[in-house]
Amino acid sequence: MKLPDFEYVAPASADQVVKLLASRLGEAKVIAGGQSLLPTMAYRLAQPALLIDLKNLAELNRIVVEPTGVVLGARTRWRDIEDSEELKTGHPLLKEAIIHVAHAQVRNRGTVGGSLAHADPASEMPCIAVTCGAEILVLGSNGERLIKAEDLFVGPLMTSLAEDELILEVRLPAWPADRRWAFKEFARRTGDFALAGVAVFYDLNEQNLACNVRIGVAGAGSCPLRLTNAERALNGQLVNEQTIQAAAMAASEQVEPLSDLHASAAYRKSLVGTLLKRALEEALNRNRLDCQRG
Amino acid sequence: MTARDKFVGAYTRRVEDQRLLTGKARFVDDIHLDGMLHAVIVRSMVPHGRIKSIDVSQARVMPGVHAVFTGEDVARMCSGIVPTLPLRLSPIPEHVPFQQTVVATDKVRYVGEPLAIVIADSSALAEDAAELVYADIEALPVVSDWRISARNEVLLFESLGTNEPVTYTAQKGDAKSVFGPYVRRECFSIQRHSAVTMETRGLVASWDTVAQKMIVYGVAKVPFSTRRTLAALMDIPVESIDMIEVDVGGGFGVRGEFYPEDFLLPFSSRQLGRPIKWVEDRLENLLGSNHSRQMECELEIVCELNGRILALRGEVHIDSGAYMRSSGAVPPRNVAQFMSGPYDIENIHIESTAHLTNKGPIGTYRGPGRFEADFFRERIIEIAARELGIDPIAFRRMNLVRSEQMPYPLATLDKPHKAEDLDSGDYQITLDRCLTEFKWNDKLPLQGKLIDGVYHGISLACFIEGGGGGIRENARIEIEDDGQVTVYVGSSNIGQGVVTVLTQIAADALELPMQSVRVCHGSTIYLKEGSGSFHSRSTALGGSAVLLAAGALKDKIREAAAAHFQCAVSDVHIGRNLHITCGEQSLSAADLGRMKLQAEHQFSSHHHTYAYGAAAAHVTVDPGTGKVELIDYFGVEDIGRIINPLTAKGQSMGAVVQGLGGVFLEHMAYDEDGQFLAGTLADYLMPTANDFPQIRVMELENSPSPHNPLGAKGCGEGGIVPVGGVLANALASALESLNVQPNSLPLSPARVWSLIHE
Amino acid sequence: MNIFFSLNGNNVEVDVPVRTTLADCLRHGLFKTGTHVACEHGVCGACTVIVDGDAVRSCLMLAVQAEGCEVTTVEGLTPEVGLSALQSAFHKHHALQCGFCTPGFLTTAHALLTDEPNASKDRIREVLSGNLCRCTGYINIIEAVYEARTAYAKFGQ
Repeated sequence: MKLPDFEYVAPASADQVVKLLASRLGEAKVIAGGQSLLPTMAYRLAQPALLIDLKNLAELNRIVVEPTGVVLGARTRWRDIEDSEELKTGHPLLKEAIIHVAHAQVRNRGTVGGSLAHADPASEMPCIAVTCGAEILVLGSNGERLIKAEDLFVGPLMTSLAEDELILEVRLPAWPADRRWAFKEFARRTGDFALAGVAVFYDLNEQNLACNVRIGVAGAGSCPLRLTNAERALNGQLVNEQTIQAAAMAASEQVEPLSDLHASAAYRKSLVGTLLKRALEEALNRNRLDCQRG
Repeated sequence: MTARDKFVGAYTRRVEDQRLLTGKARFVDDIHLDGMLHAVIVRSMVPHGRIKSIDVSQARVMPGVHAVFTGEDVARMCSGIVPTLPLRLSPIPEHVPFQQTVVATDKVRYVGEPLAIVIADSSALAEDAAELVYADIEALPVVSDWRISARNEVLLFESLGTNEPVTYTAQKGDAKSVFGPYVRRECFSIQRHSAVTMETRGLVASWDTVAQKMIVYGVAKVPFSTRRTLAALMDIPVESIDMIEVDVGGGFGVRGEFYPEDFLLPFSSRQLGRPIKWVEDRLENLLGSNHSRQMECELEIVCELNGRILALRGEVHIDSGAYMRSSGAVPPRNVAQFMSGPYDIENIHIESTAHLTNKGPIGTYRGPGRFEADFFRERIIEIAARELGIDPIAFRRMNLVRSEQMPYPLATLDKPHKAEDLDSGDYQITLDRCLTEFKWNDKLPLQGKLIDGVYHGISLACFIEGGGGGIRENARIEIEDDGQVTVYVGSSNIGQGVVTVLTQIAADALELPMQSVRVCHGSTIYLKEGSGSFHSRSTALGGSAVLLAAGALKDKIREAAAAHFQCAVSDVHIGRNLHITCGEQSLSAADLGRMKLQAEHQFSSHHHTYAYGAAAAHVTVDPGTGKVELIDYFGVEDIGRIINPLTAKGQSMGAVVQGLGGVFLEHMAYDEDGQFLAGTLADYLMPTANDFPQIRVMELENSPSPHNPLGAKGCGEGGIVPVGGVLANALASALESLNVQPNSLPLSPARVWSLIHE
Repeated sequence: MNIFFSLNGNNVEVDVPVRTTLADCLRHGLFKTGTHVACEHGVCGACTVIVDGDAVRSCLMLAVQAEGCEVTTVEGLTPEVGLSALQSAFHKHHALQCGFCTPGFLTTAHALLTDEPNASKDRIREVLSGNLCRCTGYINIIEAVYEARTAYAKFGQ
């Protein structure tokens, strides 16, 4: 499965990338780690005439953890997230999710920007982005704009990016130190695409009731999804066996997954509920010490 | 030589390893010849259709393209008829009309069927050109499973009037008229899966126009048979073809059979007068290397109330794919003949029917028909034991063939008529050893219990595995001028360690250090004839040929030395390192080499050997996700003679893990429209290091086979045979309280969940 | 396209079409055939090489993306004479049969043990789960890598 032919360029700035994209509308594709793009080209499902390599855009390779939130440059590799000490407390949910991305060799090359642009509904990063209410900064011919994560993903492998737009960075809201969270994914083997994955976090108010509940799911539909019904079942409630059960049932009911070779829709619906239940149980039992240890 | 010095029976590190570890191995894609071109096969994306035309005009003029050949071209260049691929194993006249042509002619019958071959300067350029080959195919309705096939409404071969090339019957006693107090019938099924070797298939074919000689690299398994077939198809003398075996990345039955490419590459090379390389890509490998295992079985067991089996009867339906090809007759005939496995059953009647469908053709895959038979039979035994309220171990124990019954007749197959006997064995020993090593009694209290959210289950299965097939093998041993010894053998190296095993045998027989022995294997340049590696035969037959050739060589040495020393043959002493003495006189190994001493031997055996054993598994099942974890697996196999405990164990372990892949993960799935759904390794899932970390295997040599001088029974395949049955039964035990009956593989999480909840 | 990089400690220059993967460049451009190609879509790990210290799938990297990098293949892990500690451990534990996946395991294990010489068996299994082997059933490979840890711990770790 040799790659189809293409022209190749590795420009020095984001502006140049955008100019190139604009000049070859629809024919050009950006390549960073290539871990999703090259397999599709090997199967000749994608045959871009021009590949624009981001390898010289060093400025896109950054992780910033500030009180206002976390910024990940588009070229941040999964490996960089794994190695980041700051993210242990800066965004433990992100760190946990990333461990599930494929395998070590892929994590050494694959990037945040690549994953968001590829928009596989079973991928971890899109799910985290949607769950956390991330914003994605993109650059196009008309300048920069911020896209809300929920507006970025429009379908399986489809984003709302224009053909001349480049993802520069993703911004995650700040992460409070005593937040409860969990990430649970079920795949057939280590590193496989999730049959379903659930990301959940909530805070506790002074009455020990859950607030700011956010629940996102991967692999159970055409896009990563926030399970708003399940969130409502928990918001303002005590998190206990009954409310967890109610949230899990709401989650199962809300998702509309597809059937494929690996799993039926009915199974995925049930799986989402099971994973959410287990995620909430884990979040419930995650204590302050765990948060700090990371 | 003291027993301690012997190589046979000792853990012996492999002589094959050095080059494999250092990146110096030579697999077929590592071959670079001057002037070599690259071929890509254009394949049908339509599962069933009539070819109206194939337009190669655009492809032919692409840069770097040297030629494009279609069925029309091949026909024209082969006196008007496109050659057909013969069956290699168990061929019968019934198969012939259903055989595959080397390239599609008037019809296509499976996604992946070759339509044309493109030859270019590089494989990338050939792939570019292949995209521009336009096949106008009128789609026909798809025969997507055996039931549709059996209706014979849509025919793959219209002129033949049927989609069923053959039905085999295996019989013993009079099963149809047996009555008993307990009769139980059940349906089982196994999904399509197969070997999927890490190295895909590949060939380099090089036609020397001047010498009128064809050299083919990349053959495996049965190079001499492949050579004969190619000679016949190309209408050239056998002696004009050399088949060279290089390093091979796994076989498991699938690599080495005669596929369309085995003709198309040499054919193209001869047309162009240039060497041509073809390497299968992974999609092609999944689509077009032999498929296997997909069967449905309706099996009925008749028992006494105490569990004694009176009869086994049933039908098996094999989804054979689009053609009868290569080794495709073996799974159907084996599943029928070996349904009884290691059990003493007096009345057997199994019919197995091959059904053509619009899918990749099947062939043999490790333990062919036997993995399937074991799954069907062990499941129904387990069901019977449970329903009769008999301990499943006691049930099995009571019914195992006893050692005093050996040789024990299995069911006789028709077409061709073949009786088959179990050669030797004490099946109680392996059953007991399995129970002990697995710690059955310690684990029994967990049976069916829900602990920490998962259900626990254990089970055990007994099995046999046939080896020593193929009747004969050849070996020749030559002493070189420098005193080194070269062993030429017809056995093939497919990565299984045969080179080391044969080196051990030769080194022991001639009392030489291992480093003094070199084994040359597989290639047709070494011997006039050879049979190869399949049906677990390399040690039993190849090893025996080597052993006997060594004996013949020693006879020749004694005679030559006697003549040289002018003494009696009986006064000649052969010492270590081939130091020959008679009184004060002596000859060195190098001296013998300069005398050009060599001996050849062909070992024949018309009897198959039967390794046997038992396996037990402990699983947990998560009812929420359907995930099955394998907590412990123990398998024991008596292989008659353990030449190299290290490599024997490696074979067992690898076979078990392949079996587990078949049980839980692997599926060559098609949809109802005949489209292939498992075209990537993210869809066709195979076991990884993290999936089954707790597997223990043990080899025994209590019951040597009487059928070869080594006593070897073969050990390459047995490990896989019981895996389906024992895992499904362990799952059934775990979920007994939920009345789950796992009668279909694979036991994917979704299927297990559905058995529990739906 | 002319590409310059360091291969197994030596500077190399190779001219390959731009669409050539690093795997094909190594194998057919530089004739270092130790690295094997088994799937070409980044799942099986047979093509794993080490680029700037990281194990990567060379079928998912364009040769041109290795410009200026330090690439190590299985040939680069092999001493002048004999076998490395890791290779010897594989040999001792019968951690290979057909050997086709072996170079990918060696590079992956080498990168892992270089970073984590104290890796547990679970960790080894987890990391090596990205490499497929069809012959061995993996257990011997894990044992071999586990034993080889001592060699990595020795040198300044």
